Amino acid sequence: MRVPLSWLGEFVELPSNSNAESVMAELVKVGLEEEGSHGYGLTGPIVVGQVLEFVAEEQSNGKTIRWCQVRVAPSGKKAGDGGEDVRGIVCGARNFEVNDKVVVTLPGAVLPGDFKIAARSTYGHTSDGMIASARELGLSDDHEGILRLATLGIDPEVGTDALLLLGLNDEAAEVNVTPDRGYCFSIRGIAREFAHATGAKFTDPIDSVKPAHGEGFKVEIKDDAPIRSRVGSTKFVIRSASNVNAAAPTPAWMVSRLKLSGMRSISIVVDITNYVMLEMGQPLHAYDSAKLNGSITVRRAKSAESLKTLDGQDRKLNSEDLVIADASGAIGLAGVMGGASTEVSQSTTSVLIEAANFDGVSIARSARRHKLPSEASKRFERGVDPKVAEYAAARAIALLEELAGAKADSLGSFVDNSPSATTVFLPNNFAAELTGVDYTAAEITSTLNEIGCVVASVDSGFEVIVPSWRPDITHKTDLVEEAARITGYDRIPSRLPVAPPGRGLTRRQKMRRAVMNQLSATGHVEVLTYPFLKAEQNSYFAEVNSARVVLANAMQEDVNEMRLTMLPGLMDAAKRNVSRTLTDLSIYEVGLVFNPAKSSKPVSLPNGTSLPSAKDLELLHQSVPQQPLYLGALFVGNRISEQVGRKASRSGYADAIQAARVTAHAVGLELDLIQATPKGFHPGRTAALVIRGTEITVGYAGELHPELALANDLPRQVGVVEINLELLFANAPELIQAGAVDTYPAATQDLSLVIDLNVPAGEVLAVLAEAAGELLEEIVLVDDYRGTNLEEGKKSLTFALRFRANDRTLTQVEASVARDNAVSAANAKFGATIRA
Amino acid sequence: MSENTEITKAAVDAVVSDALKLIQGATDLASLKAVRSQAVGENSGITKLSSLMGKLPGDKKGEAGKLITAARTQLNEAFSAAETVFYQAEQNQKLLEESVDVTAAPMTQVLGARHPLSLLQDEIADVFIGMGWEIAEGPEVESEWFNFDALNFDADHPARAMQDTFFVEPVEAHLVLRTHTSPVQVRSLLERELPVYVLCPGRVFRTDELDATHTPVFHQVEGLAVDKGLTMADLKGTLEHFARIMFGPDAKIRLRPSFFPFTEPSAELDVWHPGAKGGARWVEWGGCGMVNPNVLLAAGIDPEVYSGFAFGMGIERTLMFRNDVKDMHDMVEADVRFSKQFGVVL
Repeated sequence: MRVPLSWLGEFVELPSNSNAESVMAELVKVGLEEEGSHGYGLTGPIVVGQVLEFVAEEQSNGKTIRWCQVRVAPSGKKAGDGGEDVRGIVCGARNFEVNDKVVVTLPGAVLPGDFKIAARSTYGHTSDGMIASARELGLSDDHEGILRLATLGIDPEVGTDALLLLGLNDEAAEVNVTPDRGYCFSIRGIAREFAHATGAKFTDPIDSVKPAHGEGFKVEIKDDAPIRSRVGSTKFVIRSASNVNAAAPTPAWMVSRLKLSGMRSISIVVDITNYVMLEMGQPLHAYDSAKLNGSITVRRAKSAESLKTLDGQDRKLNSEDLVIADASGAIGLAGVMGGASTEVSQSTTSVLIEAANFDGVSIARSARRHKLPSEASKRFERGVDPKVAEYAAARAIALLEELAGAKADSLGSFVDNSPSATTVFLPNNFAAELTGVDYTAAEITSTLNEIGCVVASVDSGFEVIVPSWRPDITHKTDLVEEAARITGYDRIPSRLPVAPPGRGLTRRQKMRRAVMNQLSATGHVEVLTYPFLKAEQNSYFAEVNSARVVLANAMQEDVNEMRLTMLPGLMDAAKRNVSRTLTDLSIYEVGLVFNPAKSSKPVSLPNGTSLPSAKDLELLHQSVPQQPLYLGALFVGNRISEQVGRKASRSGYADAIQAARVTAHAVGLELDLIQATPKGFHPGRTAALVIRGTEITVGYAGELHPELALANDLPRQVGVVEINLELLFANAPELIQAGAVDTYPAATQDLSLVIDLNVPAGEVLAVLAEAAGELLEEIVLVDDYRGTNLEEGKKSLTFALRFRANDRTLTQVEASVARDNAVSAANAKFGATIRA
Repeated sequence: MSENTEITKAAVDAVVSDALKLIQGATDLASLKAVRSQAVGENSGITKLSSLMGKLPGDKKGEAGKLITAARTQLNEAFSAAETVFYQAEQNQKLLEESVDVTAAPMTQVLGARHPLSLLQDEIADVFIGMGWEIAEGPEVESEWFNFDALNFDADHPARAMQDTFFVEPVEAHLVLRTHTSPVQVRSLLERELPVYVLCPGRVFRTDELDATHTPVFHQVEGLAVDKGLTMADLKGTLEHFARIMFGPDAKIRLRPSFFPFTEPSAELDVWHPGAKGGARWVEWGGCGMVNPNVLLAAGIDPEVYSGFAFGMGIERTLMFRNDVKDMHDMVEADVRFSKQFGVVL
């Protein structure tokens, strides 16, 4: 809401040195956050001038200018800039005549954009100032010619300060109005709040208006289908005026205030309805009486009914839309926008003013349905003071009389089914119980009185009648907020509550942290990516027809799926880094992936004001997609770059697998690797990650399929790993059982086996370890040799074994027996033989 | 050298002199080792002399023994002195040869980093864990009921339309990307025994275009306490404690009236940031208030018995003014340089 200070000052006392900033600084104290200030940005001298004479001079560029003599001060007096009373000014416009009164910016004046006015040589003259257009003054977008003051209906004295005259020295404070304070979408409401903030005296604008009720115009409220049992309109006031000069100019002060409020001046009748709306918060609508067909009915739209709204759009109405109708059909979308058929025009001579109160829910739905948020709908959605309608109508009629030569007549209507005032009971200690402040009864009463409540003290508390403009106050907590707000939140003391003894982080939270800390400690950089993907990105790794969680209103139309996997986001991240010449990357992300719920049946939402039934809650829970926690990591370029004494180490599948090992290790698990070919991965360089001792695959590690990498502007070799952390965590040991640390000397043995090329080393190792028995303490694969001196189709695997007993020093013989057992097993299973 | 047949002082002196010459003639450990046998070992003059001991008559043995022993001692000392000198010299040479330019030490492993937004969430969690609170989490694709209805956002409330919400297809399933971490409040109240003191950090979504101060995907942390007898004073005390841990002992907070559907009274929260770049100042930090009775009712809690407070703030915003991050792009573009400048600390 933008509040011109001159307007605000009519209803609340402003300190003399007030400006937008100081006003906002006060309003923020009562909950109206500052948004900014708006002004014309003009500095004088800017004065009323009168064109005494001019000579039209054709220029070599084909343009005709006027060399004008303009009186800028009464004869013999000094002008606003201290100079002569008549000035020579070059003017390009031709929409004026001799004797016209105009606005002259004299040397020394500054226009918006730091446009400094000075006497300057142009077209062979010294132009000693400028005759301004309405746009140059910021009054409107009109730049067809200069501003002739006669068009504003005024004939001021030459030399008059035009800033003052036209309201161009005014400025507006803009504050953010929270949804519970609809009444603050009015000067009336803001003035009241300013009074709350400062203690200044508030004068209600409706106090100076005498409402009258018209008669004889039939209005029928006929709502056959109230939304959520709320009748569409509870109040409908019609007033009438004839003899309207709809072509009368809107006075400058009104234009200026509308402009500062963010509204354009349109015509005197429309301007008056907008002006009164801004002042009192009551949206008004003006009908051209001559264009109405009979009486008015407020009803829901009929099927297939349509309406051409004031913006020229033909709109198909919905049966939930509340409309204003006459005999011809719908003539307005109630509370949202009027219709074109009854619009007032320059030739309108009699008008009907409508001041109605419409149900917020109905208006909100219509405004949303037709994508037509208007100044009116904004106010009705948040609640309009039901008492203000007749005052606003009367004020509009009075302004029509004053500014458009109109004559009020008795025709009209007054329908009032407004609900009675809300009464809320505030128990004695409740404010203290909620805020920790021991307010006195007197304080409670006076603050609630201040916001317009009627307060009656009863034994156990206060019976509070809520003012008509505060539909948001329905509960005792609302009253407490008012008491706390008006007396100031700084009254609230400070106390640190003691929570019951906590259990610390959950296991899952600890494991998640351990994984991330371990990965970062081992040279991986955590990144965060958006979880939005293109369909094709999800399909890199998932089946094309797999189910996805799809956004209905994605920011980019084709990036509308939630990720099924972490990897495409990391690929995008890698691509961006590579494009910034960061070509060696080891990045990871831990986050949720999104698997659609099993059923995507329509869900009817239970009421939010009570605990849903167990069944309804269960349905809600079931409707939410599964969102398991995943880890993804990706490697590009060198894992370790070339340095003094070292060759570069290129990253790839081994780094991906190592990241998986680090991850498992962080939660006390080990992984077995099984050659695998998941979609999107390199078919020969990828392992399934299986939790040791189980058959549970928790993810894959290896390299991207080179074609996929290249298609994503990445190098051919990209290491990637993805792990379902939920699965990993679920299998992590809760407790590590310690084994004895044996101290008898160990016996070590090396073993080279010749074996078929296609036998995975990991499987051989597992068989050896199993068969070597309890004495085996550790076995490590130290070499995989493939060379010319081996039989075709064979390789040689070398293992280092360490044996140890827990009760004696092992002999080499014992170690050899264990080793031979291992070899026999490998021979039996894989045909492995000891390399000669 | 003539063969000695008697152990005399002269004979001993002679072999000692010969041996010392051998020792002195060595130039390094290897050459010293080469003369060892001749100078002090099996083939040395002194050994040969001492072999005559057995043939001496008993009364001569004492005298001769003394001579031999003294000589041996002298020679052994000389040898070991030489050995020490040569050993030291060789060690010094070796150390010299092993010297490297330590300023050119290679990185044997690259250094990793946490993302500061996730570090900050951990850090905040630790503050509250220290106070006995627990950390609660919830889904990011959420039912509208948890995201709105249960939080006192009426289906037609303008506040609900105000939220720039991502909806999931089909819209009849009423799923959204959660617009705040507040649905975790409701889930916590439904799942936990009272009293509840939980902190809910997490990722949230609004349909804002990415610019210097906005991102459609961002993080919040939200606190919720529901207990008997909680007041706004408890809220204020909690926030003050939190602010002091995050921004130093001189930090303080201030509340301004505001509106949120799920709290009443509601307040905006400003923090006095003593370490702010460019000088201490008030910074808008988040929102807070007393839990609206309707929220308690939606979770089946009697608002006449229990009361509670809630607060929430943006993690990105906090990081921006706490660590002087100037542009939202830096936090969301996954440029590794951003994470790396923090490493694993904030």
